[in-house]
Amino acid sequence: MKKRKGEDEPWAPEPEVMAETTDIEGRWRDLDRLLLRPGILVGPGFEPGIDTRDMIRNDCRVLVIGAGGLGCELLKDLALTGFGNLEVIDMDTIDVSNLNRQFLFRMRDVGQPKAKIAAERVMERVKGVNVVPHYCRIEDKDSSFFDQFQIIVLGLDSLEARSYINAVVCGFLEYEPDGSPILTTIKPMVDGGTEGFKGHARVIIPGMTPCFQCSMWLFPPQVTFPLCTLAETPRSPAHCIEFVHLIQWGQDRTGETFDPDNPEHMKWIYEQAAKRAEQYSISGVTYSLTQGVVKNIIPAIASTNAIVAATCALETLKIATMCSKGMEVFMQYTGTDGVYMRTFQNEKDPNCIVCSAGVPVEVEATTTLQKFIDVLLKDSRFKNKISKPSVSLQGENLYMQAPPILEEETRPNLLRPLRTLMGGEGGILNINDKRLKGILRVQVIFKTTDVDMDTAGGG
Amino acid sequence: MRVRTGEEAVVRLDLTENAAKRRCLEKEATPGVQAMAQRNKKYDRQLRIWGEQGQEALEKANICVLNVGPTGAEALKNLVLGGIGSFTIVDGSDIQASDLGNNFLIEWDSVGRRKASAVCSVLHEMNESVEAKFVEESPEALIESNPSFFGQFTLVIATQMSEFALVKLDQICRRYDVLLLVARSYGLFGHVRISVKEHVVIEAKPDNKVEDLRFHKPWPELRRLVEEFDIDTKDPVIHKHIPFGVLLIKILDDWKAEHGGQMPSSLRELKAAITSRRRSDDEDNYKEALKAAYLVTSPPVLKPELLAALNDRCAELDSLSSEFWIMVAALKQFLENEGQGEPPLDGSVPDMHSFTEYYIRVQKVYQARAEADAAAVEERVRSILKQIGRDPNAISKTTIKHFCKNARNLRVYRYPKISEECSSRAGTEFQKLLAAEDNSNAALYVLLRAVDRFAATYKRYPGVFDSEIEDDICQLKSTAADVLNDIGSSGASIPDDLVSEICRFGAAELHCVAAVVGGIAAQESIKLLTGQFMPLSGPLIYNAISATSTVFNC
Repeated sequence: MKKRKGEDEPWAPEPEVMAETTDIEGRWRDLDRLLLRPGILVGPGFEPGIDTRDMIRNDCRVLVIGAGGLGCELLKDLALTGFGNLEVIDMDTIDVSNLNRQFLFRMRDVGQPKAKIAAERVMERVKGVNVVPHYCRIEDKDSSFFDQFQIIVLGLDSLEARSYINAVVCGFLEYEPDGSPILTTIKPMVDGGTEGFKGHARVIIPGMTPCFQCSMWLFPPQVTFPLCTLAETPRSPAHCIEFVHLIQWGQDRTGETFDPDNPEHMKWIYEQAAKRAEQYSISGVTYSLTQGVVKNIIPAIASTNAIVAATCALETLKIATMCSKGMEVFMQYTGTDGVYMRTFQNEKDPNCIVCSAGVPVEVEATTTLQKFIDVLLKDSRFKNKISKPSVSLQGENLYMQAPPILEEETRPNLLRPLRTLMGGEGGILNINDKRLKGILRVQVIFKTTDVDMDTAGGG
Repeated sequence: MRVRTGEEAVVRLDLTENAAKRRCLEKEATPGVQAMAQRNKKYDRQLRIWGEQGQEALEKANICVLNVGPTGAEALKNLVLGGIGSFTIVDGSDIQASDLGNNFLIEWDSVGRRKASAVCSVLHEMNESVEAKFVEESPEALIESNPSFFGQFTLVIATQMSEFALVKLDQICRRYDVLLLVARSYGLFGHVRISVKEHVVIEAKPDNKVEDLRFHKPWPELRRLVEEFDIDTKDPVIHKHIPFGVLLIKILDDWKAEHGGQMPSSLRELKAAITSRRRSDDEDNYKEALKAAYLVTSPPVLKPELLAALNDRCAELDSLSSEFWIMVAALKQFLENEGQGEPPLDGSVPDMHSFTEYYIRVQKVYQARAEADAAAVEERVRSILKQIGRDPNAISKTTIKHFCKNARNLRVYRYPKISEECSSRAGTEFQKLLAAEDNSNAALYVLLRAVDRFAATYKRYPGVFDSEIEDDICQLKSTAADVLNDIGSSGASIPDDLVSEICRFGAAELHCVAAVVGGIAAQESIKLLTGQFMPLSGPLIYNAISATSTVFNC
């Protein structure tokens, strides 16, 4: 069995010996009905039987990102859905305000790493499951860490973190020359999110269904206030709070970095905001609102997390075993007016810079590799995404920025025509850059009359 | 400590420990203050949703959960985390190996122990401020032996129970005015429903709040405020800081003056008039005016739910009428008199690009009008109370103001008795869903009723034995046809795929399905207990294959 003890987590528990001793006869009776019996509404290639059950218990490794409201539920749900090898990554420690929903934590755990406590509690309750905690940022792990898992489940509360993981996972994706994704390079992701009584669950099969980047528009833009309103014409308590937070702090407390977790800092913001509100005859500045505005607190309750996480865990089971048909890729949940749970299938962006077979880039037929790199650096689609790109063609390095020895070896290519380097035809180039979280695939199209324009369509 | 109720012992956990804690707190110089601060921190993320009032309602709630398999346990877990007052578990079963495979609240070494007490102690440890009790008896037996037992609760959540037991429980709960919520997980399917005579919602908190700003009929004070502004001022800074509400009213007035008192015939016409007055297209107040112009040409109308409440038979009062219906009757009078067809103004004003001082002047005019409207409704409430022979001060000013602020979004929910639904024909809406091309979720509603009939006949659920699946599929099909016949849908068909899948699941209670169903049950409980948000209006079917749900308004 593949079990590992992370070097970065001294408390990572010894893998338990999983044998008959931790499985009482009949324990998985209910789940077995689904996994051992043939069905009609099942996914392609479902093979009912003990092997399928053993596969998710012994061989399938699932990473849960986030050990918060969704993460706690996900770990519990996956463990009780028969997944035997889980790992969880979270950089946070437990706060009192987590306890209304993060049911694995208690008052005595406040201040402890979430990942560590969550892993311990799940293993304590669900014997036989192994949960490895990672108390660190996702950025602290290199891509080979993420590559170990068959499925990655996301219980995150930020767009940035989702984008990051999405880029890493789509970076594993490789395409056949005909533009179809190579199945063994696909790493499915299941993503959940909640806010109050609302939430979503979605399945991302890179190369097959829209990735996070393809459907960024699904997320509403962040509300921000114009600085001149904050400074000159505040009208709401939030305007007063944001003024103190964004402007007055820097003026009055120069040299001090504002820390939202420092109660003295928060109290100061509240008091100053209350003063400002009074000056302008605005009512409604409270300590609670101050915290909400400054920390951008998203309201959260146990029930929505439970519903969304369980939906994610079920889809994870479906992906791993095909024991049931999968949902359409995006599930939207609203619980404010009755219960609304609907799914829809959205479209992949064929030119997505993260998951497509290649972002089309048109260049002159005579373009050298150096010129091609210059074109990429000027392209607004890649702005801030690349600075020193390395270029490769189907595993062959055309130009490498580092290490020096490879740079020197590939440098002569810079002056060669790209078309020659690519064997006379357009195609897919892989771009690596330290700014990229994954990989950038570019579809090169040469601007000549003899190039069939049909190839410009991309994959 | 044991408390006797009828035949059964209800065991209360850790009373002594709690009492000791309370004594400790009392000794402190500021008793309870620290505990309160801790509570507010712990519940911060939910207080931002349902507020102090909602939380207090939860803390007063006394909830009974019947059966604590994963569905009941998950529902209760979510409620215990949220800080309900107390709960009582009723479950007569012993813990089996299969409980370890689907229920997170069962500890590994507890096989063979009683489920009610085991789950109770795990939940109590999860949130010690919740009082935890249990009864080790089957809900069916308790329904027969001691119906009055259920009278002590605010809410009963019945999980994994058959239609036949639910019919009886429903009668009991209605007799004692106890809310009933039914939740069931069955393979990859689930069912949740509410049963109560009447549930009224003042704070519906709709997602899309109707902006009631009265631009189409400004009252005298608002008109006076508008006249204080010169919207054609030469000062460019002032010009772009006049609140959009003022712009809309003034531009509309000017239009009417130029068109013999006529309203603009279309939104486009009004927007053209607005555009003609702006100095440049980057004036934010004009942008806002254009966006809100529709409020002038199509001001908010009374919602059908509000009209239904106003015309409800309960709005005809008697001496036993509830606070809610007395206030509805007063609202009706207000609409016909002072309100001139409009409900009380809620007093809130959206942000408007303007100087602070201008905006606050606008706010004050709206707030004053809201106060005046509420005062008028209050006067009517007092006189109605007097007329029906009750204390004129029986309803507090705060309650009336709260009612007025939310008057546009009042909702009344009435649920048919479970027995009625089981014995009568289905409504036309349901019939339509059943006749649709994809009728999966409607068919599941029929099938979940069919499995109960199957179980009543064969004393087991379809598909529990591997060897009998094929026979069970045939039997279940014919049972489902009987159900269809009884609800007057004999022409409808139930997809064979679903019958087979139901038999494949063999009444399995999967943890994830239970987590969804229990999650929905907890969410609906919170809505019922706090009186906030809008609960399910009919039975819900959850389909975990498609990750969809359907609510049937039977």
